[in-house]
Amino acid sequence: MSLPMQRPRRKNPLLRTRAPTLPPWGRSRVALGLTAAAAVGRFELQQCADCGAVQYPPREACHVCLSARLQWKPQSGAGMLLSETTLHHSNDLFFRERLPWRLGLVRLDSGPTLMVHLPDCTPAAPAAVRVDARLDRAGQAVLLGLPLKEIEHMNDDRVLREMHCDPKFRKVLVTDGKTALGQALVKSLAAAGADLIWVGHAEPWKKLPGFADLSALPQVTLVPLDLSSAKSVAELAGEVAGKVDIVINNAEVHRTHGIATRRGVDAARAEMDINYFGLLRLAQEFGPALKGRGADGAASAVAWVNLLSIYALSNYPPHGTYSASKAAALSLAQCLRAEMRGAGIRVVNVFPGPIDDDWNQLLPPPKLAPAALAQAIVKALRDGVEDLYPGDVAQEWLARWRDNPKVLERELAAGEG
Amino acid sequence: MAKSTRQGYAGVAVAVPVTVPYVRYSTHGAHWFVGQVIAEMLRQSGIAKEQIDGLCVSSFSLAPDTAVGLTQHLGLCPRWLDHLPLGGASGVVAVRRAARAIQAGDAEVVACVAGDTNHVDSFRASLGSFSLFARDATYPYGSGGPNAMFAFITAHYMRTYGARREDFGRICVAQRENALATPYAMFRKALTQEDYMAARVIAEPIHLFDCVMPCAGAEGVLVMSEARARDLGLPYARLLAATERHNAYREDPIMLRGGWAMDRDELYGQAGVKPDAIDLVQFYDDYPVIVMMQYEDLGFCAKGEGPAFVQSHDLTRAGSLPTNTSGGQLSAGQAGAAGGYIGLTETVRQLSGQAAGRAVADAQLGLVSGFGMVTYDRCLCTGALILARAN
Amino acid sequence: MQPTEILAALAGALAQGRIRVLDLTHTLTPEFPQIALPPEFGQCLPFRLEEVSRYDERGPGWYWNNFSCGEHTGTHFDAPVHWISGRDLPNNAVDTIAVQNFIAPAVVIDCSREAAADADYLLTVDAVKAWEASHGRVPARSWVLMRTDWSKKSGDPEAYQNYDESGQHTPGPHAEVAKFLVEERDVLGFGSESIGTDAGQGYHQRPPYPCHYYMHGAGRYGLQCLTNLDLLPATGSMLICPPLKIEHGSGSPLRVLALVPGGS
Repeated sequence: MSLPMQRPRRKNPLLRTRAPTLPPWGRSRVALGLTAAAAVGRFELQQCADCGAVQYPPREACHVCLSARLQWKPQSGAGMLLSETTLHHSNDLFFRERLPWRLGLVRLDSGPTLMVHLPDCTPAAPAAVRVDARLDRAGQAVLLGLPLKEIEHMNDDRVLREMHCDPKFRKVLVTDGKTALGQALVKSLAAAGADLIWVGHAEPWKKLPGFADLSALPQVTLVPLDLSSAKSVAELAGEVAGKVDIVINNAEVHRTHGIATRRGVDAARAEMDINYFGLLRLAQEFGPALKGRGADGAASAVAWVNLLSIYALSNYPPHGTYSASKAAALSLAQCLRAEMRGAGIRVVNVFPGPIDDDWNQLLPPPKLAPAALAQAIVKALRDGVEDLYPGDVAQEWLARWRDNPKVLERELAAGEG
Repeated sequence: MAKSTRQGYAGVAVAVPVTVPYVRYSTHGAHWFVGQVIAEMLRQSGIAKEQIDGLCVSSFSLAPDTAVGLTQHLGLCPRWLDHLPLGGASGVVAVRRAARAIQAGDAEVVACVAGDTNHVDSFRASLGSFSLFARDATYPYGSGGPNAMFAFITAHYMRTYGARREDFGRICVAQRENALATPYAMFRKALTQEDYMAARVIAEPIHLFDCVMPCAGAEGVLVMSEARARDLGLPYARLLAATERHNAYREDPIMLRGGWAMDRDELYGQAGVKPDAIDLVQFYDDYPVIVMMQYEDLGFCAKGEGPAFVQSHDLTRAGSLPTNTSGGQLSAGQAGAAGGYIGLTETVRQLSGQAAGRAVADAQLGLVSGFGMVTYDRCLCTGALILARAN
Repeated sequence: MQPTEILAALAGALAQGRIRVLDLTHTLTPEFPQIALPPEFGQCLPFRLEEVSRYDERGPGWYWNNFSCGEHTGTHFDAPVHWISGRDLPNNAVDTIAVQNFIAPAVVIDCSREAAADADYLLTVDAVKAWEASHGRVPARSWVLMRTDWSKKSGDPEAYQNYDESGQHTPGPHAEVAKFLVEERDVLGFGSESIGTDAGQGYHQRPPYPCHYYMHGAGRYGLQCLTNLDLLPATGSMLICPPLKIEHGSGSPLRVLALVPGGS
């Protein structure tokens, strides 16, 4: 049985803030396949295309038939916890600060033997368990031995909390609370147990429906925030950056132009100024404080979420300049991910297909309801994934892009969105 | 048991056992320790350096050099060279290699050496790059070394065969008693069963005295023909049998037996003896559970009877089956790859009258086993030698 | 007096404070409200400042910024070319307007009470004539400034913009007054304190945005987002308002100064 996490006590301001440490980060290239799958919430292992043998640890040739045709395939994770230990000593700073720490040895039903982390809620060896892959605080995949059935409050487990970015008891900044998505995010975060939600809004004289209702939520504080203004971002950061645990950057400008369909660069510039430069300004002002608090107690700084678009992967010409701005934002978000790595802050990139809003009015369904997208983002934080492709369109375009990006480029140019 | 069909090791002598005293930390590099071993071998044997025409080296801290770098570093010109990165199996395998070189005439005097330095951050710094699988599949989990893996193995063995911590304690206590007469052993204080049981936990069920202490040091022997050894007037031991095996029993989901069992019949067949003929054993002792498995897998008792065996035998030098008579790594310390030689040099001393003050009486046959390279979830290398007193 | 004497007298009067200089300009800040058109149209940029260096590693001994804004950001000048009705007139851009026009007399019509009561207040011909009854005829080639005290709301962007679902609600001139001031009074231009020379609901007048239409159609100018009009005398002040010399520019932010008698 897992006890629910208690609200962390207020921090003693006279004590030094513990600096972030990370579990060992190094992995061989072939082992990074595990990380690539865990980044989207999947547990995959290599499976030999010739003899079917499942491989672990990751390798370059099948350990049974020497075939090089090893493909990453999703695993059920069903297995037997053969043995376990509790570490009371470690040379590694990260684990040393978190002793005692439970480890286990699992034999998967599919064959390999795995070393795994064991949450407190997993039964003692010998026991049937389900192995899953999660990103650890270093952003690399590690294996966990989980109980067969989800346990109440399991996400509060001390070991699991080192893997995910649950907003429970945390303080969150939502950069644009005016849009339908922004409002839905605020509501989902409040329901997920966030302690405090700063809701950013620009151009206060532009009223959008539903925004005023947000103030009724006790967790909500409305704060002026205009990502096109360095001054606005700097002022808000000066006030609250030192307390923000999760940044959700959902502010965006979305127009529906290509190149020839609108003269002048001003609309495209407005998209870049928020979608790309806005991210840059926000990251420069809020990044340092987040990084300093990567290990600041049980409700530490933990994640940075960027609302990108599936169009970031491959340009959707009817929304061509918007797509380009999202591609620029994606590249910058990858840079941010690298810079945040050392502090254990997870950069979460969200790639929705068209959201059901004004700018996508002319696109046929399926479109993503703002409430559904908000729920998906909060779930991604609770699960600890770092790349989210929510909704049917995003999932399909991702599959097409992975299969052959050049083919997708042609399909989109032909108008087969 | 069946007689071996392989070529035997007739005429091969193992002589001049040298130990460079162990120290906890050293500012010297591994090259210094290896140089000291070879220099001491030359001093003890009276052989000129130019007469060493074969070299086999094992070390974890020689990087960026390997054996060949040492030839220039130490001014050697061998016609046979091997670098064996096999950890605790290095000594056993080195002797196997060198023996064939001697028998084939590829070399006449082979120096088999292992040496490692130890700095305050040596152990931690080497962990992340120990092996591909360790880097990808064990190091990220925080164990920082093999403790967690051997904790799994120990706990599993205990649950499967009913072994208790007290049984492992018996091994550690006996080895400590053996160490008290070993001049270079790191541990100088007697260990009682109470001390052992009360020691602080490292990784359940492994406690402090189940772990070796990393240190700096070196070990080595010279391998040559018996004829040559006699010509030089050197005391020596005869090589009767040698086996090695890598990645044995890979279908076992967790280690319960070691590769020695696969080649046990071959080993005793080469020597023409049964286990009960062995007078002393030097088992590889990174953890006492592995010592216990070697009693089983090398034929001294049936699988699963290790606990009963150690309880019913006296493992000290004067006992019914002297084990790790120098104290082993658990009491002498683990000088890196030299831990794969500590049993070898001790056996040669015991069988050639060079163990003054701690001799096992009437020792005629000695068994040395090696175990090394835990790249992931078990040591991959196993091997064993049977040596005999000459004359 | 000879021109040289007039200038010398002016210099002396300025130095002694017998002629004072008033600043009718809002400070350019990122927070200052910016005119917003429907999202489908191109937008005029708000004022933005990006620091280049501040005595730091980016420039150790100096401080400077790059700024960006539209031609119609903050306190700004509208040239005739800004409107379709003035597009073909000669010398209709900020770089070609004769510079004499940038120093001109101004009259101030106080509508502050009416604007406080009704955000959509429109200045009518009758109201102008009533003002003339007290202050005399509006001089030719002078600025007509509509004082509403709307500038005092500039610290509250919501109040300054005053939007609801039906659009913006700020005071301005009636279409007839704009036509009257051009055709009957030959004014130089029209100035307001709110975000446009036209009223917030100006789109619904006929023609739409009549002040822009008539003024610029006759080669006259506009000044918007003025402040401190309540410090000006009703008549007798001189406005100095040269816009930036932008090639083919439709307008620019500028410093609007007024010379007024000291002690008034």
